[in-house]
Amino acid sequence: MNADTEPAERPLPDLAAGRRRDAQRRRLTVAGLRLLLGVVFLGTWELTTRLGWIDVFFWSQPTAIAAKLWIWITQGTDLGPLWDQVLVTMEETVGGFIAGSILGIIFGVALGRSPLLSDVLGPYIKAANAIPRVLMGALFAVALGLDIRSKIATAAVLVFFVVFFNAFQGVREVDRNLIANARILGADERRLTTEILIPSALSWIIASLHISFGLALVGAVVGELFGATQGLGELIYAAKNNFDTAGVFAGITLLAAMALVAEALITALENRLIKWRPQAVTEARI
Amino acid sequence: MDCVERTWDPTSAVMSPAIELRRVTKRFLTPSGGIYTALRDLDMVVEPGEFCAVVGPTGCGKSTTLALISGLEPASEGEVEVFGQPVNGIADGIGYVFQADAVFPWKTVLENVAAGPRYSGASNRDARERARDWISRVGLSGFEDRYPYQLSGGMRKRVALAQSLINGPRILLMDEPFSALDVQTRSLMENELLALWAASSASVVFVTHDLEEAISLSDRVFVITAGPGTVKSNYKVDLPRPRNVAEIRFQPHFAEIYEEIWKDLKDEVLVSYERQKRSGAA
Repeated sequence: MNADTEPAERPLPDLAAGRRRDAQRRRLTVAGLRLLLGVVFLGTWELTTRLGWIDVFFWSQPTAIAAKLWIWITQGTDLGPLWDQVLVTMEETVGGFIAGSILGIIFGVALGRSPLLSDVLGPYIKAANAIPRVLMGALFAVALGLDIRSKIATAAVLVFFVVFFNAFQGVREVDRNLIANARILGADERRLTTEILIPSALSWIIASLHISFGLALVGAVVGELFGATQGLGELIYAAKNNFDTAGVFAGITLLAAMALVAEALITALENRLIKWRPQAVTEARI
Repeated sequence: MDCVERTWDPTSAVMSPAIELRRVTKRFLTPSGGIYTALRDLDMVVEPGEFCAVVGPTGCGKSTTLALISGLEPASEGEVEVFGQPVNGIADGIGYVFQADAVFPWKTVLENVAAGPRYSGASNRDARERARDWISRVGLSGFEDRYPYQLSGGMRKRVALAQSLINGPRILLMDEPFSALDVQTRSLMENELLALWAASSASVVFVTHDLEEAISLSDRVFVITAGPGTVKSNYKVDLPRPRNVAEIRFQPHFAEIYEEIWKDLKDEVLVSYERQKRSGAA
């Protein structure tokens, strides 16, 4: 278990300090290479458009995008203050993400628990999963109107299936021994679900949340394309109609920033919820 | 082998044995659609407070016997009774220590041990208080807030023991609980198990493939035949208690008992071995 440190005759080399130094050096290398890659990419883009090798009208250029962002921030967009657009899209995304995740977990756990239910509903769910679900956005725009509800619905539909399949699989993979043990200890069906099945499926569910936030963002933006008055998707759509490619890229940049922030939040949630899992020795995730 | 016929009488529950299996047969459906008979016509009686060991070759249905007594699995034929009551689903008063790790990895040691009382309706505070007491009894004080992955195999077994014993079971079923431990940890755990058992009034059914472990722990050893399992013979182990598991093996009487049981067990082990060789060659 814990290696007791015995009084050493000779001073041992300080392994921990060496390892810390290595880790520090690696972090710096990674950060340096990241920065370099970004500068090279943006620099090449800027240079080639300035030299006229690439048509700036179609592909814009980093300085133009930055200028566009600056105008949006300081003077607002055609649709109103930039912050409002970000907020609208954020609301749609987070709303769809939460609704889809909760429904996905409920259905996934229910079907994972009941073989009858999963046998009956299985083909329907597979069929529903096979259709391109973003198209549901068109239906929702008609059925629910052009307000926030149709975007939340579109995002939720995209999120639902990913979370559902993971929750389902997670419940199916629960260690039979743990269930037997809980039953012997006197757990009823409700406790079995909340204390054994859901915690056990949680690592699967959380893994799916990383992917599904991106999908929620897609759902919200596509929902806006089908008809909206506010939001980043609508902003991009409007820019496209004006042949304003800098505006399109500026909108995409904002969406990317939102996704990165959300990813960091989900990782923090993951570390909090599954602190019972041994820390991975290597950092494999991007 | 004593096979006393008993008739069940509800008024004499006090007189009834802790566990009684009568002509029990258990069949499983194999994934390929065949039928696999794990146990056939098995008879077994365990008295209240008795420590019984069940030995037999690999795959003879030892674990299945425990599953039947606990109510996790129903018998295909025959009767299983616990304190005179037919087993019908999981009954109260049963503790079960599994062969594989079955402590909950997402609960701390304290939460794991407190699970049983909480499931049977104790308040959170009460359950935690009792859990602390049991954690100290199995020698894990100071580890209350650790997660299972932070513990050694022996410590996880202690958690499993405390988790079972906190419910005050009248019957404790143990399925090769120490087989994954190293030899030193194992004999320590065996001694602690005996001490904990002596302080309770529980009957124990201890499944193992290790005859030495079986004799040093128990009052009675059941030898199960190569599958389909049935009781071949049972032996009373009249070694004095309290015992020190690490030393009792050196007593001459221990060797006598060992030799006697081994003569019985050896044939079954050979049968099982031959079968495995044949199925491996096929």
